[in-house]
Amino acid sequence: MTEVTELERPEGEALNTREVLLNLGPQHPSTHGVLRLVLELDGEFVERVDPHIGYLHRGTEKLAESFTYTQIFPLTDRLDYLCPPSNNLAFALAVEKLLGIEAPIRAQYIRVLMAELARISGHLLITGALPMDLGAMTALLYVMREREMIMDIMEMITGARMHTSFCRVGGVREDLPDGFLPKIREFCEIFPNRIRDYEQLLETNRVFLKRTQGVGIISGEDAIDLGLSGPNLRASGVDWDIRRDEPYEIYDRLDFKVITRTEGDCYARWRCRVDEMRESIRIIEQCLDQMPEGRFQVDMPTIAFPVDKERVHCSMEALIQHFDLSAYGFVVPKGEVYSAIEAPKGELGFYIISDGTPKPFRMKVRAPSFVNLQGLFGVSNARYLADMIAVLGSLDPVMAEVDK
Amino acid sequence: MSVRPPLDRAPILERFGAAIEDLGPVHGIDVFAVPPEQIVEFCRFLKEHPALRFNFLSDICGVDHYPETPRFEAVYHLYSLANKWRVRIKCRLGDPPQVASVTGVWRTANWHEREAWDMYGIRFEGHPDLRRIYMWEGFEGFPQRKDFPLRGYRDKLNPFGAEGPPPTQPDLVTRDIPEGSQLTPEPRK
Repeated sequence: MTEVTELERPEGEALNTREVLLNLGPQHPSTHGVLRLVLELDGEFVERVDPHIGYLHRGTEKLAESFTYTQIFPLTDRLDYLCPPSNNLAFALAVEKLLGIEAPIRAQYIRVLMAELARISGHLLITGALPMDLGAMTALLYVMREREMIMDIMEMITGARMHTSFCRVGGVREDLPDGFLPKIREFCEIFPNRIRDYEQLLETNRVFLKRTQGVGIISGEDAIDLGLSGPNLRASGVDWDIRRDEPYEIYDRLDFKVITRTEGDCYARWRCRVDEMRESIRIIEQCLDQMPEGRFQVDMPTIAFPVDKERVHCSMEALIQHFDLSAYGFVVPKGEVYSAIEAPKGELGFYIISDGTPKPFRMKVRAPSFVNLQGLFGVSNARYLADMIAVLGSLDPVMAEVDK
Repeated sequence: MSVRPPLDRAPILERFGAAIEDLGPVHGIDVFAVPPEQIVEFCRFLKEHPALRFNFLSDICGVDHYPETPRFEAVYHLYSLANKWRVRIKCRLGDPPQVASVTGVWRTANWHEREAWDMYGIRFEGHPDLRRIYMWEGFEGFPQRKDFPLRGYRDKLNPFGAEGPPPTQPDLVTRDIPEGSQLTPEPRK
């Protein structure tokens, strides 16, 4: 290599090795959204990376201050749009803590079931998208097939495919529909085999393995220092899962494994997610087995909408209740709360300060993708520009959540 | 979250005692009010004390308590991976808000502090790279302050914004828009 350069170099002139400043994004397929990386390149080596974010900033936190608590649910949908049920759940839990109420058991099961479906949906995308970034296109097409099944189930439950807004403070919007059970049982039966398909496709793909194994290693200490959470942290050998360590809803009744890897490279992060999907299927099956009959909303007319829509049309009290809740919302007692859940991307926390009115005084979203993106600075051995793509893909940031 | 053992607050109170205010557990999280000049020392103590080990910084956020004084607040959420405790540190700041950066304690504080600077104008002293993170360079004002209008200020690009102080750097904020373009203000129906 050097010899060729020596031969081609004009006599007497020094080789020009200027550093190049390269803009990767904001519109680039492998930045997974509108992320702009300003890269300082020395040849093909990345010397410095400076992520510029905010292209998708919608001011969720500012907007929330002018919305009632029920109106905020659609805003939370649009954070991590791959898994809205998790975001809804995190927000609902925070408000419920402030109110000092708990959703009925059946509602808790429904929420957990949907959150786990959402986790599969989110993980599925990265299972296919990371290999696609690295040139293995096939897997993406297969994962889309299974995501379609989840979308259909979501549509069946909520009427919406993406922005479900299904949670409410104190429960969920509706009960599970008829005909839902056979559909999700079918999915649970089919899906583990499909995971095996992806593994066979990708674990024998030498290009994929070469470009992920041993690339982009983040050590456990660095990962904690950089605030990574979720599968990104567990892939670095840190055994922490909020579902197990601070169980919310009915997670303490469920039996599941927390997947950890020790390598901390891109492959480990990918692998963690694939294995987590298996655990999610187990959780969904347990939810289906254990789910009791009962209410799906708290029996509190000042907080929950009337269950029976027919009554709204013919009963004055129900009409007033419905109108009051829609127009003015409900009052949340003064106080502040931080409540975190294990979202598919990591620790999703809502910090809410209430001043005793129907609108939050301050709502802060601790968005996991926002923090996980800082993992780019903790990578020790990805020096090539091409490795940067692998690292970025394996960190799995959703830009809508990064930019809030 | 009743399964968690309560926080062992003895070492904290022993070390800082009168300087901080112990606000007790609130919804499962122990809250301490710390004066801004002690924030780095307090955070470092929580992180490095062998019985506490708050090694994970969940979040830093700014709060605007307008029109109260002191007006601003920086709120830190810490987690101890070893003991599974959570702590909230509240730090009231005057106007203009200023507090020492904790980037030396946790690297993850970097972007959180940049966000608080961008949205509330809290200046973190000693931060290595305190730039705006969401808004563009040259943006005027701090959008999440309570006195910043929800729709922003009216200018050429934002015909529906509130009347307000004219931008001090017009060449940065407004761009050339052809005459008669659709962006001229039109009353909303």
